[in-house]
Amino acid sequence: MKAFLILEDGTVFEGRHFGAVRDVVSEIVFNTSMAGYLEVLTDPSYAGQAVCMTYPLIGNYGVCLEDMESERPWPDALIVREAARVPSNFRCDLSLQKFMEQYGVPGIEGIDTRALTKLLREKGTMNGMLTTNEAYVLDEILPQLHAYTCGKVVEKVTCKEKYVLPGARSLEDNGPVSGSSVFRREDYEAAKAGDLSKREKRPSLVRELNGSGLRIALLDVGAKRNIGASLAARGCEVTVYPATTPAGEILAAQPDGIMLSNGPGDPKECGSIIQEIRKLYDSEVPIFAICLGHQLMALATGADTYKLKYGHRGGNHPVKDLATGRVYISSQNHGYAVDPKTLDPEIAEEAFVNVNDGTNEGLRYKGKNIFTVQFHPEACPGPQDSGYLFDRFIENIRTGQTNRA
Amino acid sequence: MPKNPNVKKVLVIGSGPIVIGQAAEFDYAGTQACRSLKEEGIEVVLVNSNPATIMTDRDIADEVYIEPLNLGVLEKIIEKEKPDSILPTLGGQAGLNLGMELEESGFLKSHGVKLLGTTALTIKKAEDRLMFKETMEKIGEPCAPSQVVENIEDGVAFAEKIGYPVVLRPAYTLGGSGGGIAHSVAELRKILENGLRLSRVGQVLVERCISGWKEIEYEVMRDSAGNVITVCNMENIDPVGVHTGDSIVVAPSQTLSDKEYQMLRTAALNIISELEITGGCNVQFALHPTSFEYCVIEVNPRVSRSSALASKATGYPIAKVAAKIALGYTLDEIKNAITGKTYASFEPTLDYCVVKFPRLPFDKFITAKRTLTTQMKATGEVMSICSNFEGAMMKAIRSLEQHVDSLTSYDFSHLSKEELFSRLTVVDDQRIWVIAEALRKGISYSTIHEITMIDEWFIDKLNNLVRIEKRLEKEPLTPELLAEAKRLEFPDSVIARYTGKKEEDIRAMRLEHGITAVYKMVDTCAAEFEAQTPYYYSVYSKDEDEASSKVTKRKKILVLGSGPIRIGQGIEFDYCSVHATWAFSKAGYETIIINNNPETVSTDFDIADKLYFEPLTPEDVQNIVDIERPDGAVVQFGGQTAIKLTQDLMRMGVPILGTDAADVDAAEDRQLFDEVLQRCGIARAAGETVYTAEQAKAVANRLGYPVLVRPSYVLGGQGMQIALSDKEIEEFMAIINRYEQDHPILVDKYLQGTETEVDAVCDGENILIPGIMEHIERSGVHSGDSISVYPAQTLSQQVKEKIAEYTRRLAAELHVIGLINVQFIAVGDEVYIIEANPRSSRTVPYISKVTGIPIVDLAAQVMMGKKITELGYEPGLQPEAGLVAIKMPVFSTEKIRGAEISVGPEMKSTGECLGISPSFNEALYKAFLGAGVNLPKHKQMILTVKDADKGEAIGIARRFEALGYIIYATRSTANALKEAGVKARQVNKISQESPTVMDLLLGHKIDLVIDTPTQGRDKSRDGFLIRRTAIETGVNCLTSLDTAQALVSSLEHAQESKRDLEVIDIAKI
Repeated sequence: MKAFLILEDGTVFEGRHFGAVRDVVSEIVFNTSMAGYLEVLTDPSYAGQAVCMTYPLIGNYGVCLEDMESERPWPDALIVREAARVPSNFRCDLSLQKFMEQYGVPGIEGIDTRALTKLLREKGTMNGMLTTNEAYVLDEILPQLHAYTCGKVVEKVTCKEKYVLPGARSLEDNGPVSGSSVFRREDYEAAKAGDLSKREKRPSLVRELNGSGLRIALLDVGAKRNIGASLAARGCEVTVYPATTPAGEILAAQPDGIMLSNGPGDPKECGSIIQEIRKLYDSEVPIFAICLGHQLMALATGADTYKLKYGHRGGNHPVKDLATGRVYISSQNHGYAVDPKTLDPEIAEEAFVNVNDGTNEGLRYKGKNIFTVQFHPEACPGPQDSGYLFDRFIENIRTGQTNRA
Repeated sequence: MPKNPNVKKVLVIGSGPIVIGQAAEFDYAGTQACRSLKEEGIEVVLVNSNPATIMTDRDIADEVYIEPLNLGVLEKIIEKEKPDSILPTLGGQAGLNLGMELEESGFLKSHGVKLLGTTALTIKKAEDRLMFKETMEKIGEPCAPSQVVENIEDGVAFAEKIGYPVVLRPAYTLGGSGGGIAHSVAELRKILENGLRLSRVGQVLVERCISGWKEIEYEVMRDSAGNVITVCNMENIDPVGVHTGDSIVVAPSQTLSDKEYQMLRTAALNIISELEITGGCNVQFALHPTSFEYCVIEVNPRVSRSSALASKATGYPIAKVAAKIALGYTLDEIKNAITGKTYASFEPTLDYCVVKFPRLPFDKFITAKRTLTTQMKATGEVMSICSNFEGAMMKAIRSLEQHVDSLTSYDFSHLSKEELFSRLTVVDDQRIWVIAEALRKGISYSTIHEITMIDEWFIDKLNNLVRIEKRLEKEPLTPELLAEAKRLEFPDSVIARYTGKKEEDIRAMRLEHGITAVYKMVDTCAAEFEAQTPYYYSVYSKDEDEASSKVTKRKKILVLGSGPIRIGQGIEFDYCSVHATWAFSKAGYETIIINNNPETVSTDFDIADKLYFEPLTPEDVQNIVDIERPDGAVVQFGGQTAIKLTQDLMRMGVPILGTDAADVDAAEDRQLFDEVLQRCGIARAAGETVYTAEQAKAVANRLGYPVLVRPSYVLGGQGMQIALSDKEIEEFMAIINRYEQDHPILVDKYLQGTETEVDAVCDGENILIPGIMEHIERSGVHSGDSISVYPAQTLSQQVKEKIAEYTRRLAAELHVIGLINVQFIAVGDEVYIIEANPRSSRTVPYISKVTGIPIVDLAAQVMMGKKITELGYEPGLQPEAGLVAIKMPVFSTEKIRGAEISVGPEMKSTGECLGISPSFNEALYKAFLGAGVNLPKHKQMILTVKDADKGEAIGIARRFEALGYIIYATRSTANALKEAGVKARQVNKISQESPTVMDLLLGHKIDLVIDTPTQGRDKSRDGFLIRRTAIETGVNCLTSLDTAQALVSSLEHAQESKRDLEVIDIAKI
């Protein structure tokens, strides 16, 4: 079936439809990761957006359900050059098409994704519509597109009730340490025959339970699973709170540290959450924040955020730790950034910057045990190079050290 | 961290002659690194024995030594040049080993020279098997577990521990005999028992079997501050078991989920961090296809073939960045030259798919085993880029120039299903064609996967191609079907074949429906940032075209590259293409290169103004011509690949610069050329053109045997043979006619004499001959396999003048504008012509360098209308240089199982090196040394020659005897020697009782085998086995007495001079 991607500037891309049949209006963004489309699809930060993958061959290894970063896909649509017909991977549970059909996510394939990316690069992120209606009327659609905003999406993606992720008791709980997996034919055959308990566990990067005994509160403003999992794998007991939880409730539980998660949308839409985060800031509990959490903390302490022309979405962005000069390749997904010019030098200073465009990638809060990053140390998808920041958070909690990021 | 101010003068070590496994990629890496160093104001001293390289040009380095890559020579150069640092990680394994030897001997320290980049300890940790294993264990990165066992029970116990299947490798057996793979205890006991018995030391290595696992590579970079990035990952379509150099490789990996991708990426970065590599590094993994289990196969702590591929696949200049890192820069300080906006610390991301295909030499070695193993056999490779995998595959196939253009090019349709099952188990260069046939016969993906272990994703893609092929054959050709076939890169000619239509009709239909190629950019960043460098690939679609908006109104010249490196068409032609590009660029032209070889300098993004990474077929070239509308094309420099496109370019209306196509034809066409020769008054060996074996035999009998048989329009004497009988004519004609011949076959009377060769530049009036080269081997040995001497040593003044005069007459008669290469035979004072080629040749870089005359640059200028006299040169034969320069061929035949090694009219060498000295004998010694003939060692040799050679052999034997050699000889040779008073020890033939020639060779005490083969291609002869065993056990083997003469002269010289070599900076010539 034919499908069309109509942009707010009137550009129309004609392609073929795949996934669920549904017309959607959304904000069109592009992601440059070459693998990890499932993690992208299930990242709550994409709520209210339709994602174009710049790598042309998507769906090659199908969908491995255990790799989902939340319980369902969030983007309004997926835009690809070519969706694989026959996926191949030993863990593949179903094809990408089936998965999208199951969850009602429409897709378009066969379009010039590079031309679309260039358009978004040059004109900035645009709204668009994905439709299978060949008789679409541009004049009716364009006002709809101009009117679209993703709005208050955090409430949509956050968990409804708080829950607890138990910390790993031993390294074995995390599965094999990466590099120590050994193929066992009997287990493989059993898992293939349906006994999923025999399925090989995903290898873990964690080689030390340095967080054991710590209790971390994770404020879920659209958290990817691997944020909580990264802490739990290090031994922390993680309590995940809905985004609307009052600060008092979190603080009353006397956590050893607070984690603010990633999440979707314009941070300035999160007025009440920002107020609560200000209270968390005022407490003496160590805090680590990622992505939207980082932006919310900045807003809570008086700094400003702005919308980037076309955002950073991919797994290849170099960020520089200004304290050490070291550069790390990071996983990124953000359309907004903290404006470092608006930082009160008494409150916070830049800790990380993006090597390419110099935008802010992290902050260190003065006199507080708080550091926040714009990028994604939890990876999934993307490079795991900055995973050490979870260890630093744990170390900061343990030593009560301030002024480090 | 900014540049280290203490680095001012750097010695860069090249990789030496091109051999299988170490090819043009190191010229690319070295050239890029030298340019990167010079950009920083650093004085570069370069040493490389390979004269065909661009890196050995005086514009690339400040001081250039074309000297043997040998410890003594390097020490000499260091003492003379006093560099403050040395950069050994750009010259492949050869360069790295030398750097290590210099460091370990303490020489660098005592001379205050620093090793730049990666440290010696790091290299040791990566290269020393035991240290590497320990290092990997320390950081928890697994290597394939293995253990040496001396009895069966230990073997069984260890196998239980690591899991079946296991590989068993007995220690010290020839060619790994007695080894195998055991899937169970029973199998293990059986193989192990046999292996322990066969091993000379009673040891067998038991190893976890990783064959059939996915082979994944990561190219990683690290700077001195510890910053690490991956440039690219690659997946081998051929699973572990086939050398990655012989595998079809795709970038990025296609079948890994983010979890596997990142697991291996992190492992690669952990490894490079632990090893503390500064620069580029390649990490190879084996990944279990149904598990997260992986093993580190190997780490190369240097730039490599894979890094050249990764550079071209992503646009990220690894060697350039590695050189900057060596100077102290960090990744975040080095600008990405492609975007001009991002930094070297930005990991490239691709929005296309890259396929690399190996170029295997089985068309040259038709008797060789085509099986692919862990021993690399490919001489070169091609790369292609497309937005889909199938298209990239199809483009790569037709780039090979191996008479293949689709998945039907090798016909296996005669095989039944059952036969296909067993054919699928064969791992050779035709495997994907076999898979395609299996798919046509309905064999399931899973069955094919189980047999080949190739991932089903790739099999599905092949099936996609098969499906289109079927539809084209069966269905009416609708615009939709045509568009789909073109999207998957079926060439028009192939579509025409499947549909039974004419190629022109397909093209017309395409144009009618707007199905044309558009160009996309390689920009390192998937369009996230605007790119500065026009590096393009094509896709057939209605997509946006990124090239047309960048078409300029400048005068444009199209330079056609030479495609994959193969025997007969090597790196020399890339040298010529690059220099021609620079010459046109200097003259104000916009330059456009089309090429498909990822190993070469010409496909570096900043050589030409525009680079089209595309196959070199008429259709692909036409698409570029349609967009760029160049003002002219040069075909003289790209070897046969480019020459073959001449007619098509003219049809497209592109003027060919330089010699007219009609004149090129006149040189190739027997009859026309005979007329030219007649007008010039030049004699040639009598001969005629034929098409069939019957005609050939008739001609041969008329001329009298021996005769030379060869196809026209080939390079490297492909298919050329000396025939002694009707039977041999039949055999050779059958070989030549395996492929349909567009041109007739030549049968000439064989003349014995001294072969000479000249390269000349002609401007239409005057001619410039830099010098005359003379071959050491008598006629009958291909010029590319002969030792070539400049200036000619044995020719009389009269002969030299005749050669110059003939060359002048020929150039004038053929209206040559640009280059011409002419080969002559001097018989006494008579000079006969062998052939004339109005184009660049293999010897152009060599003669340019030793005479200091920039031949390619001059040729390009005369093609632009300049006159030789305007360029500051006196026409005619130039005065001889005060130095003797000897070009020595280098062979890789030891790597090709079953290949005949003896030299003959068909070229077999893969590379060359140069010896330069004021003295002929020293030059000769250096040339042998450069080619790896470092004698004497044990002073024992084996001599076995055919009857006709016995007289001559005595003189040679006597001289070796005088050098202290013990000479072993087979019966008749021994008798002849004894009669002449040369002490010789008789040794039995292989079939006779021990000790035989074979025992001697396997005893590893023999320096040299001289074996002149009797004619014919009989593989079962003793001689063939002796020669193969010799080279496979690392014994030098000569098959021409002329070469043997030369060697003994060089050894005599070395003994006299106590091997004290003079090193010469050719940049100062």
